[in-house]
Amino acid sequence: MEIFVQQLINGLVLGSIYALVALGYTMVYGILELINFAHGEVTMMGAMVALTVIGLLLGLNPELPGLLVVLAGVLIAVPACMLLAFAIEKVAYRPLRRAPRLAPLITAIGVSIVLQNAAMLIWGRQYISFPQILPQMSFTVLGAHVTSLQIFIVLLCMTMMAGLWWLVQKTRLGRAMRATAQSKEVAMLMGVDIDRVISATFVIGAALAAIAGVLVSAYYGLAHYYMGFMLGLKAFSAAVLGGIGNIAGAMLGGLLLGIIEALGAGYIGDFTGGFLGSHYQDVFAFFVLILVLVFRPSGLLGERVASRA
Amino acid sequence: MLEFLRRPRTRAQARAAIILLAVLLAVLPFLVEAGLSRSWVRVLDFALLYVILALGLNIVVGYAGLLDLGFVAFYALGAYLYAWLASPHFGLHLPFWAILPLGATLAGVFGVLLGAPTLRLRGDYLAIVTLGFGEIIRIFMNNLNAPVNITNGPQGINLIDPVTIAGISFGKTQQLFGITFSSAHFYYYLFLAFTLVTVFIAYRLQDSRIGRAWAAIREDEVAAAAMGINTRNIKLLAFAMGAVFGGVAGGLFAAFQGFISPESFTLWESILILCMIVLGGMGHIPGVILGAVLLTVLPEALRYLGDWQRAAVGEVVVDPGDLRMLLFGVALVLMMIYRPEGLIPSRQRKREFHAEDGVAAQEQASLYDSRA
Repeated sequence: MEIFVQQLINGLVLGSIYALVALGYTMVYGILELINFAHGEVTMMGAMVALTVIGLLLGLNPELPGLLVVLAGVLIAVPACMLLAFAIEKVAYRPLRRAPRLAPLITAIGVSIVLQNAAMLIWGRQYISFPQILPQMSFTVLGAHVTSLQIFIVLLCMTMMAGLWWLVQKTRLGRAMRATAQSKEVAMLMGVDIDRVISATFVIGAALAAIAGVLVSAYYGLAHYYMGFMLGLKAFSAAVLGGIGNIAGAMLGGLLLGIIEALGAGYIGDFTGGFLGSHYQDVFAFFVLILVLVFRPSGLLGERVASRA
Repeated sequence: MLEFLRRPRTRAQARAAIILLAVLLAVLPFLVEAGLSRSWVRVLDFALLYVILALGLNIVVGYAGLLDLGFVAFYALGAYLYAWLASPHFGLHLPFWAILPLGATLAGVFGVLLGAPTLRLRGDYLAIVTLGFGEIIRIFMNNLNAPVNITNGPQGINLIDPVTIAGISFGKTQQLFGITFSSAHFYYYLFLAFTLVTVFIAYRLQDSRIGRAWAAIREDEVAAAAMGINTRNIKLLAFAMGAVFGGVAGGLFAAFQGFISPESFTLWESILILCMIVLGGMGHIPGVILGAVLLTVLPEALRYLGDWQRAAVGEVVVDPGDLRMLLFGVALVLMMIYRPEGLIPSRQRKREFHAEDGVAAQEQASLYDSRA
């Protein structure tokens, strides 16, 4: 029972981070039908920039309050990532908007390679550790361990998701985004500036990704130039699991994937009589993904897509 | 001057072109060794291996239009099967010719196994499921060393037997007919033979009834089904055929390298092969071949970045190993922006990419018609 609650909590924390990143994938996909492979790398950049700022500030004055330092890191990382995503869209994706599907996909992969290697050149191959400056408290809930950071991550992610939901459902920009996702041509006829909406989508997704990047590096205490790859893959899987293009789906998919993964890692040893260990965590995530898609080919909350590849 | 090679006018010219090409391919490793170095012969071998892989994936992606991001799984299966059956790991040492069909069959079966549940999926959903499949295979290869040691985990399998044909072991340098053949040379000719067979099969498939069925499914699945094509079987066949090429290439890779580990079979490898196809010209065999050769040679050529830096600035400012992947990514992006249809697209795809000009021309023509 304790293991169950513990893994459920771990899964919830991981899942809310996945959900935050998945939103960026799903929003871009909903509008452009593009798998933005570089999104995971934007997340990594967010973590790297924040850590650099944190390192610089602590270098200036190690006495600064930890929370403030991290906040400063986030406040610089978010606009940096927004700018980066804006530039990526403008340079790499916009010229290809009318090209067939595979061309922008390859471009996205190219951008991803560029960002990864640029990060390696700037920050090196080694792991960068997240300094222990955040106040740490831990509680015991039903026999399971919960840290203040975990609670904070879940709460922050929920708030961001609620904010995004409000933005998409209630604001003028959100309405324009939904219209563009339905039909670019008709939206254009209604006076929506498509280019601006698409830019905004990328920028909003990048802001969420930057925060997710900082959270993930704070949670694991580490950042690395390669961290965006697996995180991006998982988040994309989460988006597909929920039904890609569907914002609520991305949130649900992210949380589910995180919980499935954590429970899978916790119990796979017992299920298989010790034959398979917790390092099969990733297999579990992909296996469930495949299983869900076999029975619901357009994801949990996705609408049945028209029959075009 | 060489125009007749590209567009032969007469039968004699065509024959001359083929002979010239054959001679060139036959002496290429020696030219490369003399002009560059022996390590470049190995690069050449890898280029041929990637041609086989790219042509295999091209069946799935280019012909049938199914976006497969887990192709490397079949490559891995072929390689691991070869390693299991011809290395001290299990103490088995079966001959090359016995393992290769087994590897091809295993990969083909897995191709169908992967294909069957994904038949209902379309486009990007298919991409993510195949990607997941590739990752699952890799994670298993990485972890199946305990409690029973099957794959030897991240260390991989070592001391894999080299190919032996007619009593000649391809693993060491030997004198034949007074010429010194290194291991890389032997494998060049072996891979060349396999590549030629692959190219032949790819061409025959393309123009066959099955190939036309694939094209029909790619363009419009519903219409294809209405025309009486059994879309389920034909799609499964595409997965299986592609996988067979992957499995064979995997076996060749294991024998050539003598060592395999899960690290050789990451998602990046799948992506690289996909890039070869798209870069060269999807669905078009000469394009795919060019794409595979270019993307194998380009990263190797970028290794010289260190020398160039030394020549320009006097010292190595940035590690060439770090820089070359960066430039590779930039090249991919630029290529797609300026030539999204690939380097040598098929005539049909070229038309599709310039559809607007085509439509305009057609409209123009019909206008003239109506006036006349």
